[in-house]
Amino acid sequence: MSLAAVIAQADPVIPDFGGGGSCVRENRTFCWNWFQDNWSGTFQPALIDHIVLTLIAVGIGFAISLAAALFAHRHGWFEGPFTVVSGILYTIPSLALFQILVPITGLTVTTAEIALVSYTLLILFRNILTGLRGVPEDVREAARGMGLTPRQVLLRVELPMALPAIIAGLRVAVVTVISLATVAALIIDQGLGKPIFDSLNAPFNTAFIAAGALAVALALAADGLLVLAQRIASPWAAARAR
Amino acid sequence: MQDFTDSFRFMVDNLSLLLDKTGEHLVLSAAAIAVSLVIAIPLGAWLGHLHRGSFIAINVSNVGRALPSLAVIAIGIGLLGLGFVNVLVALVVLAVPPMITNAYVAVDQVDRDAVEAARGMGMRPSEVFRRVELPLAVPLLFAGIRTAAVYVIASATLAAIAGGGGLGDIIVNQASYGIPGVLAGAIWVAALAVVADVGFGALQRLATPRGLRGEAEAGPVVGGAAVETASAPA
Repeated sequence: MSLAAVIAQADPVIPDFGGGGSCVRENRTFCWNWFQDNWSGTFQPALIDHIVLTLIAVGIGFAISLAAALFAHRHGWFEGPFTVVSGILYTIPSLALFQILVPITGLTVTTAEIALVSYTLLILFRNILTGLRGVPEDVREAARGMGLTPRQVLLRVELPMALPAIIAGLRVAVVTVISLATVAALIIDQGLGKPIFDSLNAPFNTAFIAAGALAVALALAADGLLVLAQRIASPWAAARAR
Repeated sequence: MQDFTDSFRFMVDNLSLLLDKTGEHLVLSAAAIAVSLVIAIPLGAWLGHLHRGSFIAINVSNVGRALPSLAVIAIGIGLLGLGFVNVLVALVVLAVPPMITNAYVAVDQVDRDAVEAARGMGMRPSEVFRRVELPLAVPLLFAGIRTAAVYVIASATLAAIAGGGGLGDIIVNQASYGIPGVLAGAIWVAALAVVADVGFGALQRLATPRGLRGEAEAGPVVGGAAVETASAPA
Protein backbone atom coordinates (compact mmCIF):
# COMPACT_ATOMS: atom_id res chain seq x y z
CA MET A 1 0.00 0.00 0.00
CA SER A 2 1.40 3.37 -0.93
CA LEU A 3 2.02 6.14 1.52
CA ALA A 4 -0.86 8.12 0.12
CA ALA A 5 -3.16 5.15 0.64
CA VAL A 6 -2.06 4.88 4.25
CA ILE A 7 -2.65 8.55 4.78
CA ALA A 8 -6.05 8.53 3.17
CA GLN A 9 -7.23 5.80 5.47
CA ALA A 10 -5.38 7.13 8.49
CA ASP A 11 -7.21 7.08 11.74
CA PRO A 12 -6.81 10.27 13.77
CA VAL A 13 -5.00 8.18 16.42
CA ILE A 14 -2.09 7.59 14.05
CA PRO A 15 0.45 10.40 14.41
CA ASP A 16 1.21 12.83 11.59
CA PHE A 17 2.75 11.48 8.45
CA GLY A 18 5.37 13.95 7.36
CA GLY A 19 3.61 17.00 8.72
CA GLY A 20 0.43 18.07 6.98
CA GLY A 21 -1.63 17.07 9.99
CA SER A 22 -5.34 17.60 9.74
CA CYS A 23 -5.00 18.97 6.21
CA VAL A 24 -3.68 15.64 4.98
CA ARG A 25 -6.17 13.60 6.98
CA GLU A 26 -9.08 15.58 5.57
CA ASN A 27 -7.55 15.50 2.09
CA ARG A 28 -8.01 19.22 1.55
CA THR A 29 -7.27 20.73 -1.84
CA PHE A 30 -3.61 21.56 -1.25
CA CYS A 31 -1.51 20.90 1.85
CA TRP A 32 1.50 23.17 1.57
CA ASN A 33 3.26 21.62 4.58
CA TRP A 34 2.95 18.12 3.17
CA PHE A 35 4.32 19.33 -0.15
CA GLN A 36 7.31 20.95 1.55
CA ASP A 37 7.99 17.83 3.58
CA ASN A 38 7.86 15.63 0.49
CA TRP A 39 9.68 17.97 -1.89
CA SER A 40 13.15 16.54 -1.41
CA GLY A 41 11.99 12.94 -1.09
CA THR A 42 9.40 12.73 -3.86
CA PHE A 43 8.91 15.75 -6.06
CA GLN A 44 12.44 16.99 -6.60
CA PRO A 45 13.75 13.56 -7.75
CA ALA A 46 10.65 13.12 -9.93
CA LEU A 47 11.24 16.51 -11.53
CA ILE A 48 14.91 15.75 -12.19
CA ASP A 49 14.09 12.30 -13.64
CA HIS A 50 11.48 13.95 -15.82
CA ILE A 51 14.01 16.42 -17.21
CA VAL A 52 16.54 13.65 -17.85
CA LEU A 53 13.93 11.45 -19.57
CA THR A 54 12.98 14.39 -21.79
CA LEU A 55 16.54 15.38 -22.68
CA ILE A 56 17.51 11.83 -23.64
CA ALA A 57 14.38 11.31 -25.75
CA VAL A 58 14.69 14.62 -27.58
CA GLY A 59 18.44 14.11 -28.04
CA ILE A 60 18.08 10.68 -29.62
CA GLY A 61 15.00 11.73 -31.57
CA PHE A 62 16.85 14.74 -32.93
CA ALA A 63 19.85 12.67 -34.02
CA ILE A 64 17.63 10.18 -35.88
CA SER A 65 15.47 12.91 -37.43
CA LEU A 66 18.46 14.99 -38.51
CA ALA A 67 20.07 12.00 -40.21
CA ALA A 68 16.78 11.07 -41.88
CA ALA A 69 16.09 14.64 -42.97
CA LEU A 70 19.57 15.09 -44.44
CA PHE A 71 19.11 11.84 -46.35
CA ALA A 72 15.65 12.90 -47.56
CA HIS A 73 17.04 16.30 -48.52
CA ARG A 74 19.37 14.60 -50.94
CA HIS A 75 17.14 11.65 -51.91
CA GLY A 76 13.60 13.00 -52.16
CA TRP A 77 11.93 9.56 -52.36
CA PHE A 78 12.78 8.94 -48.68
CA GLU A 79 10.40 11.62 -47.41
CA GLY A 80 7.21 9.64 -48.08
CA PRO A 81 8.08 6.38 -46.33
CA PHE A 82 9.62 8.07 -43.29
CA THR A 83 6.62 10.38 -42.90
CA VAL A 84 4.21 7.44 -43.12
CA VAL A 85 6.06 5.34 -40.53
CA SER A 86 6.60 8.19 -38.07
CA GLY A 87 3.02 9.32 -38.68
CA ILE A 88 1.68 5.92 -37.68
CA LEU A 89 3.83 5.93 -34.52
CA TYR A 90 2.53 9.40 -33.80
CA THR A 91 -1.12 8.30 -33.75
CA ILE A 92 -0.69 5.39 -31.29
CA PRO A 93 -1.95 6.50 -27.87
CA SER A 94 1.02 6.67 -25.52
CA LEU A 95 -0.88 4.78 -22.83
CA ALA A 96 -0.99 1.83 -25.24
CA LEU A 97 2.47 2.17 -26.79
CA PHE A 98 4.21 1.97 -23.41
CA GLN A 99 2.38 -1.25 -22.59
CA ILE A 100 2.83 -2.80 -26.03
CA LEU A 101 6.61 -2.37 -25.74
CA VAL A 102 6.85 -3.92 -22.28
CA PRO A 103 6.83 -7.58 -23.48
CA ILE A 104 9.72 -6.70 -25.81
CA THR A 105 11.99 -4.53 -23.68
CA GLY A 106 10.55 -4.96 -20.19
CA LEU A 107 9.59 -2.47 -17.49
CA THR A 108 12.68 -0.40 -18.16
CA VAL A 109 13.71 3.15 -18.92
CA THR A 110 14.69 1.87 -22.37
CA THR A 111 11.06 1.01 -23.07
CA ALA A 112 9.93 4.45 -21.99
CA GLU A 113 12.61 6.14 -24.10
CA ILE A 114 11.78 4.12 -27.22
CA ALA A 115 8.17 5.27 -26.98
CA LEU A 116 9.09 8.88 -26.22
CA VAL A 117 11.61 9.02 -29.08
CA SER A 118 9.04 7.64 -31.49
CA TYR A 119 6.76 10.62 -30.80
CA THR A 120 9.47 13.16 -31.68
CA LEU A 121 10.35 11.78 -35.12
CA LEU A 122 7.47 13.12 -37.21
CA ILE A 123 7.70 16.65 -35.82
CA LEU A 124 11.48 16.99 -35.98
CA PHE A 125 11.87 15.31 -39.36
CA ARG A 126 9.28 17.54 -41.02
CA ASN A 127 10.62 20.74 -39.50
CA ILE A 128 14.27 20.02 -40.32
CA LEU A 129 13.40 19.04 -43.88
CA THR A 130 11.18 22.07 -44.42
CA GLY A 131 13.91 24.28 -43.00
CA LEU A 132 16.50 22.84 -45.36
CA ARG A 133 14.20 23.12 -48.36
CA GLY A 134 13.33 26.69 -47.46
CA VAL A 135 16.85 27.86 -48.27
CA PRO A 136 16.55 29.91 -51.50
CA GLU A 137 18.28 28.36 -54.51
CA ASP A 138 20.11 31.68 -55.19
CA VAL A 139 21.77 31.50 -51.81
CA ARG A 140 22.89 27.93 -52.41
CA GLU A 141 24.10 28.93 -55.87
CA ALA A 142 26.06 31.86 -54.46
CA ALA A 143 27.67 29.64 -51.85
CA ARG A 144 28.71 27.16 -54.52
CA GLY A 145 29.99 30.01 -56.67
CA MET A 146 32.22 31.10 -53.79
CA GLY A 147 33.81 27.67 -53.99
CA LEU A 148 32.17 25.99 -51.01
CA THR A 149 32.08 22.20 -51.09
CA PRO A 150 28.67 20.51 -50.67
CA ARG A 151 29.55 19.75 -47.04
CA GLN A 152 30.46 23.40 -46.41
CA VAL A 153 27.25 24.55 -48.09
CA LEU A 154 25.32 22.32 -45.71
CA LEU A 155 27.17 23.30 -42.54
CA ARG A 156 27.69 27.00 -43.18
CA VAL A 157 24.67 27.98 -45.23
CA GLU A 158 21.79 25.50 -45.23
CA LEU A 159 21.75 24.42 -41.58
CA PRO A 160 22.16 27.94 -40.13
CA MET A 161 19.35 29.18 -42.35
CA ALA A 162 17.16 26.24 -41.37
CA LEU A 163 17.78 26.88 -37.67
CA PRO A 164 14.56 28.81 -36.93
CA ALA A 165 12.44 25.99 -38.37
CA ILE A 166 14.53 23.39 -36.56
CA ILE A 167 14.14 25.14 -33.21
CA ALA A 168 10.41 25.55 -33.83
CA GLY A 169 10.26 21.77 -34.27
CA LEU A 170 12.32 21.21 -31.13
CA ARG A 171 9.87 23.38 -29.24
CA VAL A 172 6.93 21.19 -30.18
CA ALA A 173 8.95 18.01 -29.62
CA VAL A 174 10.09 19.07 -26.15
CA VAL A 175 6.64 19.96 -24.85
CA THR A 176 5.22 16.79 -26.39
CA VAL A 177 7.82 14.63 -24.68
CA ILE A 178 7.35 16.42 -21.34
CA SER A 179 3.64 15.70 -21.65
CA LEU A 180 4.06 12.03 -22.56
CA ALA A 181 6.81 11.41 -20.02
CA THR A 182 4.15 11.84 -17.33
CA VAL A 183 2.33 8.87 -18.88
CA ALA A 184 5.60 6.88 -18.84
CA ALA A 185 5.16 6.50 -15.07
CA LEU A 186 2.66 3.78 -15.99
CA ILE A 187 5.62 1.46 -16.58
CA ILE A 188 8.62 3.02 -14.79
CA ASP A 189 9.07 4.56 -11.36
CA GLN A 190 10.25 7.85 -12.74
CA GLY A 191 9.06 11.28 -13.65
CA LEU A 192 6.26 13.52 -12.49
CA GLY A 193 3.64 10.99 -13.49
CA LYS A 194 4.74 8.76 -10.62
CA PRO A 195 3.09 10.78 -7.83
CA ILE A 196 -0.02 10.99 -10.02
CA PHE A 197 -0.29 7.24 -10.64
CA ASP A 198 0.67 6.53 -7.01
CA SER A 199 -2.23 8.56 -5.68
CA LEU A 200 -4.81 7.07 -8.02
CA ASN A 201 -5.39 4.12 -5.68
CA ALA A 202 -6.27 6.47 -2.88
CA PRO A 203 -6.92 9.92 -4.31
CA PHE A 204 -4.81 12.50 -2.52
CA ASN A 205 -5.43 15.99 -3.87
CA THR A 206 -2.13 17.58 -2.90
CA ALA A 207 -0.09 14.97 -4.80
CA PHE A 208 -2.24 15.34 -7.93
CA ILE A 209 -2.05 19.11 -7.93
CA ALA A 210 1.64 19.33 -7.00
CA ALA A 211 2.79 16.86 -9.66
CA GLY A 212 0.45 18.31 -12.29
CA ALA A 213 1.51 21.87 -11.58
CA LEU A 214 5.21 20.94 -11.69
CA ALA A 215 4.73 19.24 -15.06
CA VAL A 216 2.88 22.27 -16.43
CA ALA A 217 5.55 24.62 -15.07
CA LEU A 218 8.32 22.50 -16.57
CA ALA A 219 6.64 22.45 -20.00
CA LEU A 220 6.04 26.21 -20.00
CA ALA A 221 9.60 26.92 -18.83
CA ALA A 222 11.07 24.67 -21.53
CA ASP A 223 8.85 26.29 -24.16
CA GLY A 224 9.93 29.75 -23.01
CA LEU A 225 13.61 28.83 -23.10
CA LEU A 226 13.28 27.56 -26.67
CA VAL A 227 11.50 30.76 -27.74
CA LEU A 228 14.50 32.65 -26.41
CA ALA A 229 16.85 30.29 -28.27
CA GLN A 230 14.84 30.90 -31.43
CA ARG A 231 15.28 34.68 -31.08
CA ILE A 232 19.01 34.31 -30.51
CA ALA A 233 19.40 31.86 -33.39
CA SER A 234 17.68 34.11 -35.91
CA PRO A 235 18.48 37.73 -35.09
CA TRP A 236 17.42 38.71 -38.60
CA ALA A 237 13.80 37.73 -37.89
CA ALA A 238 13.64 40.07 -34.92
CA ALA A 239 15.31 42.84 -36.90
CA ARG A 240 12.77 42.43 -39.70
CA ALA A 241 9.86 42.58 -37.26
CA ARG A 242 11.03 45.91 -35.96
CA MET B 1 3.12 -10.22 -34.47
CA GLN B 2 1.13 -12.92 -32.70
CA ASP B 3 -0.29 -10.22 -30.40
CA PHE B 4 -1.25 -8.19 -33.42
CA THR B 5 -3.35 -10.95 -34.98
CA ASP B 6 -4.75 -11.76 -31.53
CA SER B 7 -5.86 -8.15 -31.20
CA PHE B 8 -8.12 -8.59 -34.21
CA ARG B 9 -9.54 -11.76 -32.70
CA PHE B 10 -10.10 -9.69 -29.54
CA MET B 11 -12.05 -7.15 -31.57
CA VAL B 12 -14.32 -9.85 -32.95
CA ASP B 13 -14.83 -11.58 -29.60
CA ASN B 14 -15.39 -8.37 -27.64
CA LEU B 15 -17.20 -6.29 -30.20
CA SER B 16 -19.97 -5.23 -27.83
CA LEU B 17 -17.45 -4.13 -25.18
CA LEU B 18 -15.53 -2.13 -27.76
CA LEU B 19 -18.70 -0.54 -29.09
CA ASP B 20 -19.80 0.37 -25.55
CA LYS B 21 -16.47 1.97 -24.79
CA THR B 22 -16.42 3.71 -28.16
CA GLY B 23 -19.83 5.15 -27.29
CA GLU B 24 -18.52 6.48 -23.98
CA HIS B 25 -15.44 7.80 -25.72
CA LEU B 26 -17.51 9.65 -28.30
CA VAL B 27 -19.93 11.08 -25.76
CA LEU B 28 -17.06 12.43 -23.67
CA SER B 29 -15.23 13.82 -26.71
CA ALA B 30 -18.35 15.33 -28.24
CA ALA B 31 -19.27 17.00 -24.95
CA ALA B 32 -15.78 18.44 -24.61
CA ILE B 33 -15.74 19.66 -28.20
CA ALA B 34 -19.21 21.20 -27.85
CA VAL B 35 -18.33 23.09 -24.66
CA SER B 36 -15.05 24.27 -26.19
CA LEU B 37 -16.84 25.49 -29.32
CA VAL B 38 -19.26 27.56 -27.28
CA ILE B 39 -16.40 29.16 -25.35
CA ALA B 40 -13.72 29.54 -28.00
CA ILE B 41 -15.37 30.33 -31.31
CA PRO B 42 -17.37 33.42 -30.31
CA LEU B 43 -14.45 34.78 -28.31
CA GLY B 44 -11.82 34.18 -30.99
CA ALA B 45 -14.03 35.33 -33.86
CA TRP B 46 -15.11 38.50 -32.06
CA LEU B 47 -11.51 39.41 -31.19
CA GLY B 48 -10.63 38.80 -34.83
CA HIS B 49 -13.50 41.06 -35.92
CA LEU B 50 -12.15 43.82 -33.69
CA HIS B 51 -8.53 43.06 -34.73
CA ARG B 52 -7.70 43.30 -31.05
CA GLY B 53 -5.79 41.12 -28.63
CA SER B 54 -3.70 39.44 -31.30
CA PHE B 55 -0.87 38.75 -28.86
CA ILE B 56 -3.10 36.83 -26.48
CA ALA B 57 -5.21 35.16 -29.16
CA ILE B 58 -2.18 33.85 -30.99
CA ASN B 59 -0.06 32.92 -28.01
CA VAL B 60 -2.81 31.16 -26.11
CA SER B 61 -2.40 28.18 -28.40
CA ASN B 62 1.35 28.07 -27.82
CA VAL B 63 0.69 27.89 -24.10
CA GLY B 64 -2.12 25.42 -24.65
CA ARG B 65 0.05 23.14 -26.73
CA ALA B 66 2.67 23.13 -23.98
CA LEU B 67 0.18 21.92 -21.36
CA PRO B 68 0.83 18.23 -20.59
CA SER B 69 -2.55 16.51 -20.87
CA LEU B 70 -2.07 14.07 -18.00
CA ALA B 71 -0.90 16.93 -15.76
CA VAL B 72 -4.03 18.92 -16.60
CA ILE B 73 -6.18 15.88 -15.80
CA ALA B 74 -4.27 15.37 -12.52
CA ILE B 75 -4.84 18.97 -11.48
CA GLY B 76 -8.48 18.45 -12.43
CA ILE B 77 -8.71 15.41 -10.16
CA GLY B 78 -7.15 17.40 -7.33
CA LEU B 79 -9.60 20.25 -7.69
CA LEU B 80 -12.76 18.47 -8.79
CA GLY B 81 -12.32 14.81 -7.89
CA LEU B 82 -12.52 11.74 -10.09
CA GLY B 83 -15.18 11.38 -12.75
CA PHE B 84 -16.74 12.54 -15.98
CA VAL B 85 -16.97 16.26 -15.16
CA ASN B 86 -13.33 16.53 -14.17
CA VAL B 87 -12.17 14.90 -17.38
CA LEU B 88 -14.56 17.05 -19.38
CA VAL B 89 -13.08 20.20 -17.87
CA ALA B 90 -9.53 18.99 -18.51
CA LEU B 91 -10.33 18.23 -22.15
CA VAL B 92 -11.96 21.63 -22.58
CA VAL B 93 -8.83 23.28 -21.21
CA LEU B 94 -6.82 21.43 -23.85
CA ALA B 95 -9.21 22.08 -26.75
CA VAL B 96 -10.02 25.75 -26.26
CA PRO B 97 -6.60 27.31 -27.05
CA PRO B 98 -6.16 26.03 -30.62
CA MET B 99 -9.80 26.91 -31.37
CA ILE B 100 -9.39 30.48 -30.13
CA THR B 101 -6.23 31.03 -32.16
CA ASN B 102 -7.71 29.66 -35.36
CA ALA B 103 -10.98 31.53 -34.94
CA TYR B 104 -9.06 34.74 -34.34
CA VAL B 105 -6.77 34.31 -37.32
CA ALA B 106 -9.65 33.13 -39.52
CA VAL B 107 -11.62 36.34 -39.02
CA ASP B 108 -8.63 38.65 -38.68
CA GLN B 109 -7.19 37.63 -42.07
CA VAL B 110 -10.42 38.15 -44.02
CA ASP B 111 -9.70 40.35 -47.04
CA ARG B 112 -9.92 43.96 -45.86
CA ASP B 113 -11.21 45.05 -49.27
CA ALA B 114 -14.22 42.75 -48.92
CA VAL B 115 -14.94 44.25 -45.50
CA GLU B 116 -14.53 47.78 -46.87
CA ALA B 117 -16.88 47.00 -49.74
CA ALA B 118 -19.49 45.61 -47.33
CA ARG B 119 -19.22 48.75 -45.22
CA GLY B 120 -19.52 50.87 -48.35
CA MET B 121 -22.73 49.04 -49.19
CA GLY B 122 -24.06 50.33 -45.89
CA MET B 123 -23.83 47.21 -43.76
CA ARG B 124 -23.71 47.67 -40.04
CA PRO B 125 -20.65 46.22 -38.20
CA SER B 126 -22.71 43.29 -36.92
CA GLU B 127 -23.91 42.57 -40.45
CA VAL B 128 -20.38 42.76 -41.80
CA PHE B 129 -19.37 40.24 -39.15
CA ARG B 130 -22.27 37.89 -39.83
CA ARG B 131 -22.59 38.10 -43.59
CA VAL B 132 -19.06 38.77 -44.79
CA GLU B 133 -16.39 37.96 -42.24
CA LEU B 134 -17.81 34.72 -40.83
CA PRO B 135 -18.55 33.03 -44.17
CA LEU B 136 -15.11 33.95 -45.46
CA ALA B 137 -13.54 32.68 -42.23
CA VAL B 138 -15.20 29.27 -42.37
CA PRO B 139 -12.35 27.25 -43.90
CA LEU B 140 -9.81 28.30 -41.29
CA LEU B 141 -12.35 28.19 -38.50
CA PHE B 142 -13.08 24.56 -39.33
CA ALA B 143 -9.40 23.77 -39.62
CA GLY B 144 -9.02 24.79 -35.98
CA ILE B 145 -12.04 22.79 -34.88
CA ARG B 146 -10.68 19.78 -36.72
CA THR B 147 -7.29 20.01 -35.00
CA ALA B 148 -8.90 20.38 -31.61
CA ALA B 149 -11.33 17.51 -32.22
CA VAL B 150 -8.59 15.06 -33.15
CA TYR B 151 -6.59 16.17 -30.13
CA VAL B 152 -9.59 15.71 -27.82
CA ILE B 153 -10.34 12.21 -29.13
CA ALA B 154 -6.72 11.16 -28.62
CA SER B 155 -6.50 12.75 -25.16
CA ALA B 156 -9.81 11.28 -24.03
CA THR B 157 -7.93 7.98 -23.83
CA LEU B 158 -6.22 9.31 -20.71
CA ALA B 159 -9.66 9.91 -19.23
CA ALA B 160 -9.77 6.28 -18.14
CA ILE B 161 -7.14 7.11 -15.53
CA ALA B 162 -9.46 9.66 -13.96
CA GLY B 163 -12.59 7.54 -14.13
CA GLY B 164 -13.94 9.14 -17.27
CA GLY B 165 -14.51 5.87 -19.12
CA GLY B 166 -14.01 5.41 -22.85
CA LEU B 167 -11.62 3.25 -24.84
CA GLY B 168 -8.84 4.09 -22.40
CA ASP B 169 -10.57 1.75 -19.94
CA ILE B 170 -9.57 -1.16 -22.14
CA ILE B 171 -6.06 0.17 -22.72
CA VAL B 172 -5.26 0.66 -19.01
CA ASN B 173 -6.77 -2.66 -18.06
CA GLN B 174 -4.06 -4.94 -19.37
CA ALA B 175 -4.63 -7.21 -16.37
CA SER B 176 -8.04 -8.20 -17.72
CA TYR B 177 -7.66 -7.86 -21.46
CA GLY B 178 -4.00 -8.66 -22.04
CA ILE B 179 -1.73 -7.13 -24.67
CA PRO B 180 -4.13 -8.02 -27.53
CA GLY B 181 -6.81 -6.01 -25.73
CA VAL B 182 -4.46 -3.06 -25.25
CA LEU B 183 -3.53 -3.21 -28.94
CA ALA B 184 -7.15 -3.47 -30.00
CA GLY B 185 -8.06 -0.42 -27.89
CA ALA B 186 -5.13 1.53 -29.32
CA ILE B 187 -6.06 0.65 -32.90
CA TRP B 188 -9.65 1.79 -32.28
CA VAL B 189 -8.57 5.09 -30.78
CA ALA B 190 -6.21 5.74 -33.69
CA ALA B 191 -8.94 4.80 -36.17
CA LEU B 192 -11.42 7.04 -34.39
CA ALA B 193 -9.01 9.97 -34.62
CA VAL B 194 -8.45 9.36 -38.32
CA VAL B 195 -12.20 9.08 -38.97
CA ALA B 196 -12.81 12.32 -37.06
CA ASP B 197 -10.06 14.03 -39.06
CA VAL B 198 -11.54 12.91 -42.38
CA GLY B 199 -15.10 13.67 -41.22
CA PHE B 200 -14.30 17.18 -40.10
CA GLY B 201 -12.36 17.68 -43.32
CA ALA B 202 -15.50 16.82 -45.28
CA LEU B 203 -17.58 19.15 -43.08
CA GLN B 204 -15.04 21.88 -43.69
CA ARG B 205 -15.41 21.46 -47.43
CA LEU B 206 -19.21 21.45 -47.20
CA ALA B 207 -19.30 24.55 -45.04
CA THR B 208 -16.93 26.50 -47.28
CA PRO B 209 -18.78 29.04 -49.44
CA ARG B 210 -18.71 28.00 -53.07
CA GLY B 211 -16.62 30.98 -54.10
CA LEU B 212 -13.81 29.91 -51.82
CA ARG B 213 -13.72 26.25 -52.83
CA GLY B 214 -10.85 25.15 -54.97
CA GLU B 215 -8.57 27.71 -53.42
CA ALA B 216 -5.63 26.33 -51.53
CA GLU B 217 -6.85 24.00 -48.77
CA ALA B 218 -6.61 25.82 -45.48
CA GLY B 219 -4.46 24.14 -42.90
CA PRO B 220 -4.68 24.90 -39.21
CA VAL B 221 -2.74 27.91 -38.05
CA VAL B 222 -0.76 27.58 -34.91
CA GLY B 223 1.77 30.23 -34.11
CA GLY B 224 5.41 29.49 -33.53
CA ALA B 225 6.20 26.36 -35.45
CA ALA B 226 7.18 26.53 -39.07
CA VAL B 227 5.44 23.28 -39.86
CA GLU B 228 2.45 22.28 -37.89
CA THR B 229 1.44 18.73 -37.32
CA ALA B 230 -2.27 18.23 -37.13
CA SER B 231 -2.34 17.66 -33.39
CA ALA B 232 -0.31 16.39 -30.49
CA PRO B 233 -0.20 12.72 -29.53
CA ALA B 234 -1.75 11.78 -26.22
